[in-house]
Amino acid sequence: MGFLHGLDGVERHAREAEDASASAGFLQGLDPRIKLAGLLALVIAASLTRSLLTLALLFSAAVVLALVSGISPRRLARQAWLAVLLFTGALAIPALFLVPGDELARLPLLGWTVSSQGLRSAAFLLGRAETSATLAVLLVLTTPWPHVLKALSSLGVPVAIVAVLGMTYRYIFVLIRIAGEISEARRSRIMSRMNGKARRHLLFTTMAVLLGKSLALAQDIHLAMVARGFRGEVRLLHDFQTRPRDWTFLSAALLVPGLILGLRL
Amino acid sequence: MHIPDGYLSPSTCALTFAAAAPFWYLASQKVKRQLHTRAVPLMAVVSAFSFVVMMFNLPLPGGTTGHAAGLGIAAIVLGPWAAVLSLSVALIIQAVFFGDGGLTAIGANCLNMAVIGPFVASGVYRMLAGTSAITSARRVFAAGAAGYVGMNAAALAAAIEFGVQPLLFTDAGGTPLYAPYPLSIAIPAMMIGHLTIAGLAEAVASAGLVAALQRYEPELLHPAPASDTASSWWTVRKLWAGLAALMVMSPIGLLAAGTAWGEWSAEDLADPVARQDIAAASGNVHPPVAVPEGLQKLSSIWTAPIPDYAPSFLRHESLGYILSAMIGAGLIILGFLAVSALRNRLAAVRN
Repeated sequence: MGFLHGLDGVERHAREAEDASASAGFLQGLDPRIKLAGLLALVIAASLTRSLLTLALLFSAAVVLALVSGISPRRLARQAWLAVLLFTGALAIPALFLVPGDELARLPLLGWTVSSQGLRSAAFLLGRAETSATLAVLLVLTTPWPHVLKALSSLGVPVAIVAVLGMTYRYIFVLIRIAGEISEARRSRIMSRMNGKARRHLLFTTMAVLLGKSLALAQDIHLAMVARGFRGEVRLLHDFQTRPRDWTFLSAALLVPGLILGLRL
Repeated sequence: MHIPDGYLSPSTCALTFAAAAPFWYLASQKVKRQLHTRAVPLMAVVSAFSFVVMMFNLPLPGGTTGHAAGLGIAAIVLGPWAAVLSLSVALIIQAVFFGDGGLTAIGANCLNMAVIGPFVASGVYRMLAGTSAITSARRVFAAGAAGYVGMNAAALAAAIEFGVQPLLFTDAGGTPLYAPYPLSIAIPAMMIGHLTIAGLAEAVASAGLVAALQRYEPELLHPAPASDTASSWWTVRKLWAGLAALMVMSPIGLLAAGTAWGEWSAEDLADPVARQDIAAASGNVHPPVAVPEGLQKLSSIWTAPIPDYAPSFLRHESLGYILSAMIGAGLIILGFLAVSALRNRLAAVRN
């Protein structure tokens, strides 16, 4: 299974998201359509703002939303903050020295100058990435995936696309399992460690077999769908109901990008 | 190469969504027409396959490991249109559910990795594989080259999207508000990684899969039947591919300092500093002392509406350059569409 990087992570992530979305909390209690639209509005707000203070307030708001939804900062750090800090942080550091501007400090020994513009641009990059990642994680941790999909269709995404997204999510885990079984079957029949070339060949064979099995699976699924009355049209059941607090949340969330645009915050 | 939120401005995100949207629409129409009721389950499973392939940890020659984006594989096995859909679905799930790539950057990520990458890969594969036998070694090479070039085209598009941010979006104090590195840094930084490890991973995965399919499932490598509903613009696809490449490459011109050799103006020939540069670029052959009479006369006849690629109403030269490229590309597209329409009309008359 060694070649399937992150397999455990994908399954654990899905399980944790399912558990968290089933627990009680502020965001969990909102209508998924309202929640998706509201959180997207906040992500766009984080992208629109030209003020570090506004960005910091948005980040704080995201953390408050997590706390009132029973999601601990520790979980946010593990699922969003750390990964963003490592990736975007590493990418933002050179900006301190490479972005030209007013000298703020000079590194001892190396003599490199840190510009205030460089520092601000690194803060913008990291702040936007952290805030948006927090909001995206909140959506997934407080909403079962089928509800996210139904919310997408309510917001105008074609139902065929929503159906494909739903089925894809389901079959990702099926194919991961099949790939794992192919790998296990092969590994249980060899006596020694494989070198790079042998592992590459194993991987190519696995990919080819997985592709063949995927297409056969698609054919089976298609026949099963047709047997159940599928005629090419997808219909989704909508059983969501909005309450006053949903509209309050949406109004507040939409107000943020509105204020940022109107007041140039 | 999955662009996170916050790296691109909202307007860039909107633009990339708008650029990807016609491809999504055409791809869904095309797939629906060809597959009928099979479209939904087949696209779902193939998208899941694309997602899983992206997780494969590929041991590369030299001891390192890498991940393929699957764009070469998808383009070769499914064709570019089905690849657009399956890779887009995989990228959307990665962004929404797994936080890999930003929500606002879904358009950009899909444009790079699900549109530009697969179309370039498909074009390279078709060009190099030609009419060779399905089991020929030439197809393995073509698949490797397709994966490599497709991946690097996608990376170049991402680098350009990053690189134009500080040109266009800074605050009053000069602070870049989004990705902070200009094209001169973004392109080399992005391409070094992709011309080596990531490109190699994509090449190895694409070539390896084709070699394995040749042995075990050769029927999967047979080209898909040509669609009977090919639209007129698709018939001029080579021109489109060339145009897309030119559009993508146009901001690279921003990296080049000075004037292109032979594109000197009468003012350049009169300016002592420019004369030194011209001589240095011409093997130390000095230009004539006086501005040639013909050039002097001709230069005053025609003043281009977009002089030096920067409209006069735009003070920012880089912005003008990009705008000029877009206007030029738009004019060329209109020209192609006119030619295409004419061809169709002539064909109709002949029949």
